[in-house]
Amino acid sequence: MQTNGGKALMKNLEAEGVEILFGLPGGAILPAYDPLIDSSMRHILVRHEQGAGHMAEGYAHATGKPGVAMVTSGPAATNMVTPLADAMLDSVPLVCITGQVASGAIGSDAFQECDTTGITMAVTKHNFLVSEASEIPQVIHDAFHIATTGRPGPVLVDIPKDLVDPNNPASQFEDYEPSGHNLPGYNPVIDPDPERIREAAELILQSERPIIYSGGGILKARAASQLRELAEMLDIHVVTTLMNRGGFPDDHPLALGMPGMHGNYTAVTALQEADLLITLGARFDDRVTGRLDGFAPDAKIIHADIDPAEFNKVRFADVAIQGDVGKTINELLNALNQLHETRQHPDRSEWKSTVSGWKERFPLVYDEWELGEGLKPQYVIEQLRDLTPDDTIVASGVGQHQMWASQFWHFNHPYTWINSGGLGTMGFAVPAAIGAKAGVPDRMVWAIDGDGCFQMTNQELVTARIENLPVKIAILNNGYLGMVRQWQELFYDERYSEVHLQPDLPDYKMLAESMGCVGIRVESPEEVQPAIEEANEIDDRPVVIDFRTEASENVYPMVPAGKSNSDVIVHPSQETP
Amino acid sequence: MTSSTPSHTLVVRVENKPGVLARVAGLFARRGFNIVSLAVAPTENTLFSRLTIVVDAESAPIEQVVKQLDKLINVVEIQELAPTESVTRELILATVQVNDGQEDRIMKNIENFEANILNVGPQRIMVSLSGDVDQVDEFEASLEEFGIIEIQRTGTIALASISNS
Repeated sequence: MQTNGGKALMKNLEAEGVEILFGLPGGAILPAYDPLIDSSMRHILVRHEQGAGHMAEGYAHATGKPGVAMVTSGPAATNMVTPLADAMLDSVPLVCITGQVASGAIGSDAFQECDTTGITMAVTKHNFLVSEASEIPQVIHDAFHIATTGRPGPVLVDIPKDLVDPNNPASQFEDYEPSGHNLPGYNPVIDPDPERIREAAELILQSERPIIYSGGGILKARAASQLRELAEMLDIHVVTTLMNRGGFPDDHPLALGMPGMHGNYTAVTALQEADLLITLGARFDDRVTGRLDGFAPDAKIIHADIDPAEFNKVRFADVAIQGDVGKTINELLNALNQLHETRQHPDRSEWKSTVSGWKERFPLVYDEWELGEGLKPQYVIEQLRDLTPDDTIVASGVGQHQMWASQFWHFNHPYTWINSGGLGTMGFAVPAAIGAKAGVPDRMVWAIDGDGCFQMTNQELVTARIENLPVKIAILNNGYLGMVRQWQELFYDERYSEVHLQPDLPDYKMLAESMGCVGIRVESPEEVQPAIEEANEIDDRPVVIDFRTEASENVYPMVPAGKSNSDVIVHPSQETP
Repeated sequence: MTSSTPSHTLVVRVENKPGVLARVAGLFARRGFNIVSLAVAPTENTLFSRLTIVVDAESAPIEQVVKQLDKLINVVEIQELAPTESVTRELILATVQVNDGQEDRIMKNIENFEANILNVGPQRIMVSLSGDVDQVDEFEASLEEFGIIEIQRTGTIALASISNS
């Protein structure tokens, strides 16, 4: 049967199980938007293409399914660069369809032409420029395969307008079902090498001070339950990186929470003092290691990852295990069970009580609120945490509010924390929350955002209102680019350069109301709980709460950039005299 | 670039698709891997091209270079060729000044290296030589006393030795 590129695009997206597209039409993608009218897929019309990309990411984070965005050529494609880079660094499965000028016009500096595949080469796992309409079914099939297997990531498919335009003979071809993949250079290794598993089990058995260092790969591999099984079987403490918050329950006795630059003292120090790091789906990011030559100096490293390029990239791995981290943990459990039949690990009671001692001595703390101060942002987050369902999804932007959210929320379920870890994309929260809500509409979705971040992407609240995606936004409004302010206070002699925003401009309540949302302003501690309860009750439109927080509040603990994790600065009240 | 620069030779089989060279070059650029030389052409199978990349060994650990290259979807196979396990060749074209009285010396030089004369003009001669990097380096150096007008080298191409492949 004859078909055309546009029809085939819709049909094959449906065949890949796509239920929601986030996008915005324009010249070069116009012909693909016509068959969309007859498609079963829901399209969510965004107000800026970057919003479509982050919504697709939020959707993918929350559901585990690939997020899909569709936009036009030129500026739409360049607006997509940030979400693609974000998805690349955080290994988010994403498929992005971009329109391109007609085949014959490529290379002529045509209207809204840019070299989309050239520009996005460095920020995609792979990209395709379709050269014939008949390639479309196979390319879409390949794009989803690449985006979702191995180490997940963004894939872009650039399609010239003539190939999807039914009025153009170039779009016509004999329809077919794509089968299999002719990708001779793409063979991700899923099954771990049994020899490496034995070596890892042996190292674990010998270690006196082991710690499980778990990263975002746990969530990507849907391996949270395996991680828990391993931790409990070994009775070893677990740190969860920023990308794995929720991958191990914070209320578990073995949970140490987040390590790194703003990690809690115990998580940072446990990695630092360990003699073995059981690294599962984590990549020794500089925000975790601090100064590299001072990081975990006595630790041997077991490094399990789907991407072998992570081995020895930053830190030498004594045992490197390539494969799916869930399968790796299962195999490790088997190997350890066998070893435990005949042998015992060294006494670890002293190590465990040392770690517990740190937990007791260095909990996350903040100063009491005093009259005349702005709200304590940590208090706002604690109230949000305690007044919302345990499985609430929390999206965040990037900065102080992100660190406080990661620190003070109790993540007890996987896929409840959605943030931009690797790229650090300000403005991520609002669209990511909307995408998550689209994917799991029955769950409560809160964005914890900063005022700087909120001003970058808040226009998508119009999208949320119109598309009936009632997300809730908590702006921790301190009137500053707070994290930059903190660095200027601590490392630039309090010389504040271009970090002051205005807490009253825009008027966030009115801005929210103008976009069809409920706007609430909260200025004193006693208003916090009623405002959150009011917001929780509203389910027919988005809610924005403008929490006026204290500008001088800093994120602690902190490892200053370039310092070793052993130099972690704790909250002033916890310093040893 | 001379053979004294510590380097690794990678022979990389890639899918013969548009943009593959840009993907490889872009990867090297953004990860800070330095290319000493790069040669590319289709193979015996038109679906694939073969690249010989000589990588500056001091710019990055070869393990990272290979693993990052391998992540490119269009890269099918990477061989790291040790000098003892490979045959390498490079081609040089050179146009050389030949002043009056130097004719005999330059002809003797060309004979010594078993180089070829490709083109002759008034007081100029174009020669070529294929050999390993050391031979080509030596030949290039030997031409300097006459005056090199232009040279073009292809960069190294390499295959695994038969005994090892």
